[in-house]
Amino acid sequence: MTTLTVRLRYLARYAELLGVEGEELAVAEPVTVERVVDAVRAKHPAASQLPAKPLCAVNFRQALWGDRVAAGDEVALLPPVAGG
Amino acid sequence: MKVLTELPIRLDPLIDRVRAPDRGGIAIFLGLVRDHHQGKQVLGLDYSAYGEMAEAETAKIIAEAEGGGQRARVVVQHRVGSLTIGDTAVAVVAAAAHRGEAFEACRYVIEELKKRVPVWKKEFFVDGTVEWVDPTASEQTLRRSDARDV
Repeated sequence: MTTLTVRLRYLARYAELLGVEGEELAVAEPVTVERVVDAVRAKHPAASQLPAKPLCAVNFRQALWGDRVAAGDEVALLPPVAGG
Repeated sequence: MKVLTELPIRLDPLIDRVRAPDRGGIAIFLGLVRDHHQGKQVLGLDYSAYGEMAEAETAKIIAEAEGGGQRARVVVQHRVGSLTIGDTAVAVVAAAAHRGEAFEACRYVIEELKKRVPVWKKEFFVDGTVEWVDPTASEQTLRRSDARDV
């Protein structure tokens, strides 16, 4: 089984929830946004409090659940935005 | 110019960036830190952002508002860090040939910013509680408090 290393970023409330702002995780190929979030859940028990499908971004663009993720990509988990 | 700033927002430099001889109207929206949220007294709040994405998404929104032409020019600044009541959290300054286009561009940018730009606020209340603001939860909370009132 080959794996890819993906950079994770957890923002705002999610960083507090998981106790970390970012990390690298190895995810089994083929890697999608969904599989990356599964890997986050497998690593962090507190991730059970994340929504079923948290808002995600890949390389700073909003991503869909089935979007492919490549080696070195930055996947971010974003709480509902609240600027302004 | 960067959208996110840790320094107080100053309006004059923003106006100067969009001012031009062919633009006869400038519309400005300022978002300020309010002293209450859902019935609770607010002391202040912390803004945080996903910097790279916030810059990119705001640039996209501004380009949409400007429509790729000379129609309008828009600048935006958004604070990050700790703010107190009355501080300016966000400024949108839109210039266009006429007032209609200026108001329209200004409105478009602030509405899209609130929906799309990855910025978060953590509110500190007078009663000592602290909460991350979640606009998607507020409707439910409102509905619940309405139900209680009935």
